[in-house]
Amino acid sequence: MALPENGRSRGYLAARGFRSWALTLDHKRIGALYLYTTLFFFLLGGIFGLLIRIKLMYPGQAIFSNQTYNVLFTLHGSMMIFLFIIPGIPSGLGNFFIPLLIGARDVAFPRLNLASYWIFVAGILVILGSLIRPMDTGWTFYTPYSAKTGANIALLSFGIFLVGMSSILTGLNFIVTVHKLRAPGMTWHRMPLFIWGMYATSIIQVLATPVVGITFLLLAMERVFGIGFFDPAKGGDPLLFQHFFWFYSHPVVYVMILPAMGVISEVIPVFSRKPIFGYKAIAYSSLAIAFIGFLVWGHHMFVSGMSKTASIIFSFLTFFVAVPTSVKVFNWIATMYKGSITFESPMLYALTFISLFIIGGLTGMFLGALATDVHVHDTYFIVAHFHYTMMGGTVMGLLAGLHYWWPKMTGRMLSEKTARWGWLLTFIGFNLTFLVQFYLGFKGMPRRWAEYPPQYQTLNIVSTVGSWILAGGILVMFSNFIRGLFRGDPAPANPWKGLTLEWQTSSPPPEENFGTVPVVTDWPYGYVKRKPAGDG
Amino acid sequence: MAHSAAESAGHPSVHASPAVAYEAAKLGIWAFLATEVLLFGGLFTTYIVFRLKFPEMFHRDYLHLDRVLGAANTVVLIASSLTVALAIASIRKGEQRLLKLFLSLTIFLAGVFLVIKYFEWTEKFAHGLFPGTDIFFSLYFMMTGLHGLHVAGGIAVLGAMLFLAGRGRFSESYNTPVEISGLYWHFVDLVWIYLFPLFYLIG
Repeated sequence: MALPENGRSRGYLAARGFRSWALTLDHKRIGALYLYTTLFFFLLGGIFGLLIRIKLMYPGQAIFSNQTYNVLFTLHGSMMIFLFIIPGIPSGLGNFFIPLLIGARDVAFPRLNLASYWIFVAGILVILGSLIRPMDTGWTFYTPYSAKTGANIALLSFGIFLVGMSSILTGLNFIVTVHKLRAPGMTWHRMPLFIWGMYATSIIQVLATPVVGITFLLLAMERVFGIGFFDPAKGGDPLLFQHFFWFYSHPVVYVMILPAMGVISEVIPVFSRKPIFGYKAIAYSSLAIAFIGFLVWGHHMFVSGMSKTASIIFSFLTFFVAVPTSVKVFNWIATMYKGSITFESPMLYALTFISLFIIGGLTGMFLGALATDVHVHDTYFIVAHFHYTMMGGTVMGLLAGLHYWWPKMTGRMLSEKTARWGWLLTFIGFNLTFLVQFYLGFKGMPRRWAEYPPQYQTLNIVSTVGSWILAGGILVMFSNFIRGLFRGDPAPANPWKGLTLEWQTSSPPPEENFGTVPVVTDWPYGYVKRKPAGDG
Repeated sequence: MAHSAAESAGHPSVHASPAVAYEAAKLGIWAFLATEVLLFGGLFTTYIVFRLKFPEMFHRDYLHLDRVLGAANTVVLIASSLTVALAIASIRKGEQRLLKLFLSLTIFLAGVFLVIKYFEWTEKFAHGLFPGTDIFFSLYFMMTGLHGLHVAGGIAVLGAMLFLAGRGRFSESYNTPVEISGLYWHFVDLVWIYLFPLFYLIG
């Protein structure tokens, strides 16, 4: 991996050996560790997803038992959510790029940062340990079933508690970093938009995660000591669990999407060669989304027996989230208008993000409206909707970020040709898999069921074939990553001609990020006025 | 949590100046305390929900709690908040000996709190009152138990401060970790100040 032949620095990657990674205080290495860990669970969760689709291709045939199916969809959901999508961009790309983008040497508390990575790993180990008796509850762990099933829910809850704690510490670290460590001259309105997205994300992590922490602690106590907060037989209230769970899990949807939106806000102006349109509107809409996101959890509970008044209020509030979200989409499109757009792989993923996220967002309006929600509740319509927002949104955002920042992170270029093939297969496979699920759900096919009536089979076969194409795309993409890691061409400091600070240091950056601390004199999107820094 | 240049040898300090490091640590601990408020907030919400649902049970069960022990513990904890404040005031004036004295006193009082709590819980168990008895006692053991864990955590943190103070790590100009630990300890005290009336005083 060293590049002695042309005398380039290996930057922060210079030190070798297990200890230099396991005990590192460098935010870039910690970010890389998070990326490796979360991407591993992305692939593992993806395999579980493929198995689910194979089972659903042939209803009535015992490819594996229905119990195994329950375990598989629970593992697919909880690994993807808790171990990949939630930590992926914030802890991976966030750790790596927040200090670089604000011109800092590191995050505010480097040792806390390392601790939060190892707490995350400990949480994962506890979760994996609990799988001796696999869980079959679905990723939401609704009581009273989760309080009674034979699975190791207490241990599992503790594992999720640890993962949550790691998320809190990371968010806390980022908030302090953004407040206190910005380079001289970087005012709040000169911060890159990725930083705004991450700042809003961190606020949600810090304010929402403790609630799910206590919820899982209560669930664990319910199983260990037989307390009855959620058990109706003991006077408890299962709806209380749902309120607590969604008070965290709805805002956390924005922990998944806000960082991705931040990535898109970086990629779009660079590949359009135009200043971003409506900088302040994009920045403040992140905060607005974070704020409104706290008020809408009840829309997950329209059919749970909550009062009608509460449902109407939650429905009304839910529609409000669409406003700041639409502001962002409008501004991205306005940024591209009359720009000189080039379609390198990061841009392809960014455009994919916008188009798929619009589909996910608009179908979200169907679900926010009471009447249509009752019709499609717990059907494949929901499955399609959240895959469009989470995979079509967050994962595409992450992939845009990985392709965009890959040269900076590794000092190597990816093969652009392979990257485009990977993108094309992923795009086709994704839509083939999930677009038909909207129709399936609208026709009434329930989610989470291992069996279904035969009239849904044709579309299920289409969906399953789509999932194979999608898997093929992901494989091509990852083969490109691995090849790029070892054999890619050496990357220049600024391959895309960006104006943000991370491009003003070498690829890969040295351990202290910058030789001299940069002084910021302007916002980072002035593509008309300024010439880009760096070589390339 | 606190960051000192001396402790992170081999790693460049990320802070431009000690003043920035101090402000960063302050902001960090306040953000952390906000998460702690929300952690207990979940339990307080649960308390409100079930108090509204079962007013008779809450009244009947509250009569089992020992107000004298509860009040004694309140006094002990408030006293410990005072001693930790005095510890911070001492080191700001550079008084090493007083710092160690007040830290030791705080740890001692925290220990007294846990001992009283131990006798209180044992007495409840002896009367057949357990976390699974009913929702009131579930809440009682859950909330005082979680608080007790925070007290134990506080003892560990203050113990670390005492150890570092013994090595002469703190001075007039550098005492951020002491101050941060003190803020945490005030929080532990504050939670009890809410728990005490909720369980022992209002029936």
